[in-house]
Amino acid sequence: MDFSFASTYMPMFFSGIKLTLLISVIAIVLATVVGILVYVLKTSRLSIGKIYPLRMLAFAFIEMMRGTPVLLQILVAYVLVSMSPNSSSLPSNMVAMIASIAAISLNSSVYIAEIVRAGIQSVPHGQMEAARSLGMTHFLAMKEIIMPQAIKNILPAIGNEFVAVIKGSSMAYVLGIAELTFTAKVVQGATYKGLEPLLISAMFYLVLTFSLGRLIGWAERRMKASDSH
Amino acid sequence: MIRINGLYKDFGENHVLRGITNQIKKGEVVVVIGPSGSGKSTFLRCINLLEMPTAGEIIFEGQSITDPKIDINKIRTKLGMVFQQFNLFPHKTVVENIMISPILVKKVSKEAAYQKAVSLLNRVGLPEKENAYPSSLSGGQQQRIAIARALAMEPDVMLFDEPTSALDPEMVGEVLGVMKQLVIEGMTMVIVSHEMGFAREVGDRILFMDEGQISEEGPPDQLFNHPRNPRTRDFLSKVL
Repeated sequence: MDFSFASTYMPMFFSGIKLTLLISVIAIVLATVVGILVYVLKTSRLSIGKIYPLRMLAFAFIEMMRGTPVLLQILVAYVLVSMSPNSSSLPSNMVAMIASIAAISLNSSVYIAEIVRAGIQSVPHGQMEAARSLGMTHFLAMKEIIMPQAIKNILPAIGNEFVAVIKGSSMAYVLGIAELTFTAKVVQGATYKGLEPLLISAMFYLVLTFSLGRLIGWAERRMKASDSH
Repeated sequence: MIRINGLYKDFGENHVLRGITNQIKKGEVVVVIGPSGSGKSTFLRCINLLEMPTAGEIIFEGQSITDPKIDINKIRTKLGMVFQQFNLFPHKTVVENIMISPILVKKVSKEAAYQKAVSLLNRVGLPEKENAYPSSLSGGQQQRIAIARALAMEPDVMLFDEPTSALDPEMVGEVLGVMKQLVIEGMTMVIVSHEMGFAREVGDRILFMDEGQISEEGPPDQLFNHPRNPRTRDFLSKVL
């Protein structure tokens, strides 16, 4: 193996990391927000007779997102974003960015919705009763009492999902976004080396996912502080 | 103060309450006893609508709280509740547990809420636990904090749902002690309990519940010493 090219191409890898991070961070934030929304829809009590329209909407969305490949979703998102009226004024790589972030975050949101559900159910029912018996509204009890405890319980699962988003962001390369995987392909072409550029990208992915894992672990330990003493 | 008219509660096919009518006066201490599964806890939990009655009416301070238009959150601030499992908020310190609802629900200032919390901690005998987390406290201490937390809302009535049933025997006394203090101060209380000695000592009136109905009621002396209903006699012979 020959890594002598590495230093020359390092700036390319770094800008690849930057894009991977950009996609991942935005996608994680959006996925969390949409995920909570999907959870709210999925458990909504709004009903017309025996039909719960919001629940049905959430159900259809979840099945669609879980049942089709992310890669395909990214391609579909690209076509949809390109079709939207103002997209012609955007540079094409911007359209690709929007499409891949949208597809990755919507896909991840359905898994986050499920994680949120499990987390909320893990908080004993007595907590909600105690909060309500003190006059808190359902919303206030969720915000102040249930969610803080649920987040502690779901942190490991959320961490896994965030790692999945970072890895999934590599699929943005099909739209020609110069993130870490795409960079590896470019460097392959420029250096005629098959394996080495891929290994460098792989190493950077590992650094990202491993540090995120540590970060989540640290947050978990901090939140456990109230249990231990 | 509380009027209960024809209260029914079903859980599916299970008819837990089958027509309860009663009245709780201001300053009265009512102890509800009876075999397990008789509906005591459900009855208590209907009073602050933690369980929605299937039928019947509850009138609290002249307002029908079973009316769907009523703001139940407002009513609940006047009905303090203490649970068998304490249900303290584990992610908050003792003093935060006590302060949170006055601040967020009653919009009391932080200062005032803190002063109140400190005086309540003194009242339940745990001033030094202000900054402890619930998990570091014994069951008896947790339950005393739970009582303080309920009192922080300055309720007109306190509801106790088997407050000592989850405690080790040596901790029952400290919780009953705090409750006795409340009785002396004239608090209106409805207590579901298996502590017969305590019921006899502090109760103004005992309700004996059986199969979802109040099958006998009366002052402690009459109910414990001269029970009329054979079911009451049978129950007391097993527990006394």
